[in-house]
Amino acid sequence: MPLSTQSQADIDQYILIASLDNARNLSNILKAISSRDHAIFNATQNGLKVTVEDSKCLQANAFIQADIFQEYIIKEDTVGFQVNLTVLLDCLTIFGGSTVPGVCTALRMCYNGYGYPLTLFLEEGGVVTVCKINTQEPEEPIDFDFCSTNVTNKVILQSDSLKEAFSELDMTSEVLQITMSPSHPYFRLSTFGNSGNAHYDYPKDSDMMELFQCTKIQTNRYKMSLLKPSTKALALSCKVSVRTDSRGFLSLQYLVRNDDGQICFVEYYCCPDEEVEEE
Amino acid sequence: MDCVATGGNVKVLAKAIHSLSRIGEELYLEPLEDGLALRSVNSSRSAFACFLLSPLFFQRYQAPSDQSFRCKMPIKSVQAVFKSLASLDRSVEKCRIQLNSEKSRLTITLHCKHGLLKTHNLSYQDCESLQAVFDKESCANVLQAQPRLMVDTVLHFPPSLEEVNLSVSSDRVWLRNHVEDDTDSSRAMMTELCLSSEEFDHFAVGSQTSVTFCLKELRGLLVFADSSGLPVSMYFDEPGSPVILSVTDSVLEANFVLATLSEDSHPKNHVNSNTKRPDTEQPADDFMSDDMDSFLIAMETSELPGPSQVPTSPPQPTNDRKHSFSEEEQEEEALVEGPPNKKFCSLFFGSVLPTPSQLPNQTMQSQEVLASDSEDENQTETS
Repeated sequence: MPLSTQSQADIDQYILIASLDNARNLSNILKAISSRDHAIFNATQNGLKVTVEDSKCLQANAFIQADIFQEYIIKEDTVGFQVNLTVLLDCLTIFGGSTVPGVCTALRMCYNGYGYPLTLFLEEGGVVTVCKINTQEPEEPIDFDFCSTNVTNKVILQSDSLKEAFSELDMTSEVLQITMSPSHPYFRLSTFGNSGNAHYDYPKDSDMMELFQCTKIQTNRYKMSLLKPSTKALALSCKVSVRTDSRGFLSLQYLVRNDDGQICFVEYYCCPDEEVEEE
Repeated sequence: MDCVATGGNVKVLAKAIHSLSRIGEELYLEPLEDGLALRSVNSSRSAFACFLLSPLFFQRYQAPSDQSFRCKMPIKSVQAVFKSLASLDRSVEKCRIQLNSEKSRLTITLHCKHGLLKTHNLSYQDCESLQAVFDKESCANVLQAQPRLMVDTVLHFPPSLEEVNLSVSSDRVWLRNHVEDDTDSSRAMMTELCLSSEEFDHFAVGSQTSVTFCLKELRGLLVFADSSGLPVSMYFDEPGSPVILSVTDSVLEANFVLATLSEDSHPKNHVNSNTKRPDTEQPADDFMSDDMDSFLIAMETSELPGPSQVPTSPPQPTNDRKHSFSEEEQEEEALVEGPPNKKFCSLFFGSVLPTPSQLPNQTMQSQEVLASDSEDENQTETS
């Protein structure tokens, strides 16, 4: 759906142009990380990375590779800005959530550079909407210093099994405790709420468990309020990898397939609430 | 205590708990020799429900060694264990209920597909046995119908409707919404449904009667009965006596006991009672009064004998608003009595929870304070 009302001069001034035939391929994945208002955008040759942070303890990242876009032009090595994510999502879904097959909103996202607003051209059924969203100075995302060499325990699960557990989590519990161990209980999610405690155990030989690599027993607690929003990413994903490192930091990586079957990634990093070394 | 339910019975158990949640806020659990009793009562003690799951309902049923274990817990905590009701039969293979008395925890473990194990350790409070006293056998009127009939009938009444009036004659049943006498009749919407005795599987009417009870609390049982396909039996007598709705099969028995308005509850005595449920008398649409009048006239002159022709029962003595059907002498203190301005009589309970009036200095928290050894007088339901 070419938005050819723009002149060549307009196009030349943009340092970033990203187009999608189906805006949902962007909006769905952004919804998966939208627990806070502001998002840091960082575009490179490889694609777009969108970061949302919460109280310096949690970071959510969405990765949309360049080849997902029908058009992806970037004129600098990196382009960074910050926008209000809620506003951006409202704009991306401005035509409403139509589920009529074959009807979708086309998007062309353009950015002139520092100080300029983010311009969105959205089209559906011949109707064009232009949105200009003010941008801010991008904050530097926290580096959680989570590297694969430091990973103590890792499991990869099919998302379906975790989805039910996450939707049932006792919200009166302030923490979500994750226990990973080479022996029983292998992989356990625990909550401690008003009516008592609950444990969800996944055995290592479950057919939902695609990978189980646990070297030593670790029990860590994370604030429920920080992790609960990750349920959105979980809902979109087909697989999730759960990793903890020697400091107890948690990394959740979600494999998401968009409407066209292409793969994108969402990851969450979270600091532990308190260290609980042994069972 | 160690009970294991498997397969489809896990969902039945979950549905029983959900039905009970429509009655009260707490679930009373008591493992008996006859089976596991799950009970609930509403705050004004005018509605009581009990599900008795026989040992055959379970793959394994082991009552605790000390026979007098009883506990109660917030029903929401137990409902949280069986959250995804729709997928329960697909995902859960086995449900195990165990008592951990050292830690005062009731452990409910769900063994799910793919090896997933969900363990819930719920805290509970010890309590007295909760048992409303009623006798189905002595009721003069008994109706039994397929749950679909009852669900379809009740569908015609708005969900917000609190009270419904059931009237029976020798061959018909009327269900109408109950409207306060002091409500302006031109502003009220009246709904009446008439069913012939042929619609019922069993129709035994001793005498023409009209009873009024709370519909809302009944809906929990209807949902359960409808999903299980079991017929619903109704037992009732004269106004003031509770109406009992019952669903039975070979491995479970559910009884919902609802208090009914007593005959002597004249509106002027209940001016204060409107504060109890201020929304009930919210009038429906503003009808044109002449249309309403002609509608009412038409109703009264219809060929069917209307409920207004039902002879009223002999007036009840005003100080005896509760009817007990207990067969045994009660040694306990006076029954739990609701505050005098409540319209519905509280049901007579065999439990010995002290009433607020009897123990004015005690806080409401300690309702489960034990009285004397009258707890040995465990009345079992007469069936």
